[in-house]
Amino acid sequence: MDLARNWRLKDQRFRLEGTICGNCGAKYFPPRQVCAECKSTELTPHEFDGHGEIYSFSTVRQAPMGHEAAVPYIVGIIQLDEGPMVEAQITDVNPDDVKIGQRVEMIIRKLREYGENGAIAYGYKFRPITKEN
Amino acid sequence: MRDVSVVGIGQTKVKEHWSKSLRELATEAILGAMKDGHVDHADALYVGNMLSGELTAQENLGALIADEVGLRGIEAMKVEAACGSGGTALRVGYLAVASGQFDVVIVAGAEKLTESSNCNTTASLAMAADADYEGIHGISFVALNAMLMRRYMHEYDLVPEDFAMFSMNAHANAANNPYAMFQSPITLEQYKRARNVSDPINVMDSSPVGDGAAALILMPTASLNGNRARAIKIAASSVATDSLALHSRRDPLWLSAVELSAQKAYAQARVSPQDIDLFEVHDAFSIMSVMSLEASGFAGRGRGVNLARENEINPKGKLPISTMGGLKARGHPVGATGVYQAAEAVTQLRGEAGANQVPDAHVAMAQSLGGVAANAVTHIFTN
Repeated sequence: MDLARNWRLKDQRFRLEGTICGNCGAKYFPPRQVCAECKSTELTPHEFDGHGEIYSFSTVRQAPMGHEAAVPYIVGIIQLDEGPMVEAQITDVNPDDVKIGQRVEMIIRKLREYGENGAIAYGYKFRPITKEN
Repeated sequence: MRDVSVVGIGQTKVKEHWSKSLRELATEAILGAMKDGHVDHADALYVGNMLSGELTAQENLGALIADEVGLRGIEAMKVEAACGSGGTALRVGYLAVASGQFDVVIVAGAEKLTESSNCNTTASLAMAADADYEGIHGISFVALNAMLMRRYMHEYDLVPEDFAMFSMNAHANAANNPYAMFQSPITLEQYKRARNVSDPINVMDSSPVGDGAAALILMPTASLNGNRARAIKIAASSVATDSLALHSRRDPLWLSAVELSAQKAYAQARVSPQDIDLFEVHDAFSIMSVMSLEASGFAGRGRGVNLARENEINPKGKLPISTMGGLKARGHPVGATGVYQAAEAVTQLRGEAGANQVPDAHVAMAQSLGGVAANAVTHIFTN
């Protein structure tokens, strides 16, 4: 059911909190303990803004177990404005209207359920920024 | 470090083996390899496998299979690197012989993907990616490759048909390989009509789900005393890694683990890409073939489809790939695949590839990838 695990990840899932290297300034999402650039261990929390653009995407029609109910859903790689990339579902949009380069913003949505009596995991997804939102 | 040779190979057909268990498949391949290599004992066994625990509730394969093949007591262990487990098991077996520690080593790869439901198999294959940051979003392994394919087509102005030849070549070759899962060629029409799995990847871009096992016998080259005419030398063996998650790559369209592993292998074998006569590439998805060709130095950046489009990847072409069907058409029982690739490279260098024989084959390369090339294992063989 992954209760403890999803709880451990709450700062990442709800606030897009990654890390920044105190030695070289490199920013990371997901958080890391050792800087990939300079190998320093002086990494501290850094909350990302949640704005970025779509690097690529795909519409999943054959889902892995646990996600069947959501089919078809769109997944994407988002390039955050601060630099790092993040993978997530792209939501609130028609699959035909998604484009590489589209501006998106982070929102919080349900990620998956764990069976009828299980917990529900929530976390970040991204939606295209439109005049309405 | 001493030179190592492959003296025997064995493999099962790749298919949905409803009537054979994981241990039976492994045993079949290993006994076949021992017979082919004329050995009746071994000092160690390394078993490549990714999902025995998840899909068949069975771990501890080293001990299990050593006993099954009549070698209870020898050193044995499971080796795992996702879909690169087979190639990685070969790497471990190679080190065991090259180091001087053992004189007869069995490298096996075995996988049973059909034991569980399709949804569970799909979820399990996604374990090759980052569970907390990719899997949790329902990003299947196909979807990861699909996102790469879409970006690649966007950057280099390509359409899906530009990738068709990879599958067509694989199927044409598999038709001449009795061990292959698929036994008939496909046409461009069939490729274009293929059902979408995770766009832009269609069924014909993706390797199938099947079961199978393959095995090799490794011995020190110097010990062969010339009475092993069909022994093939391992000229290079190297492994490199990259970030696990695609989003952490410096450049998602560049497989740096492939580049590192290939470079190390070329240096060890003292060859360059032009010297490679055939390449058993990890064609899990056609985009992986494209990116592997580039990172291995066979094509310039953005030009990975050219060799295929120009029909130079068939057995008589400039760079034959997937010569016995590849992952696409021989099949991809994930943990076993790297060992199948090695067995096929050996078959080519022995001159025993039949209708798929690459003329004058002297240097063969096999490359097994774990995840989206988070792990890259390259072996070069010579005769």
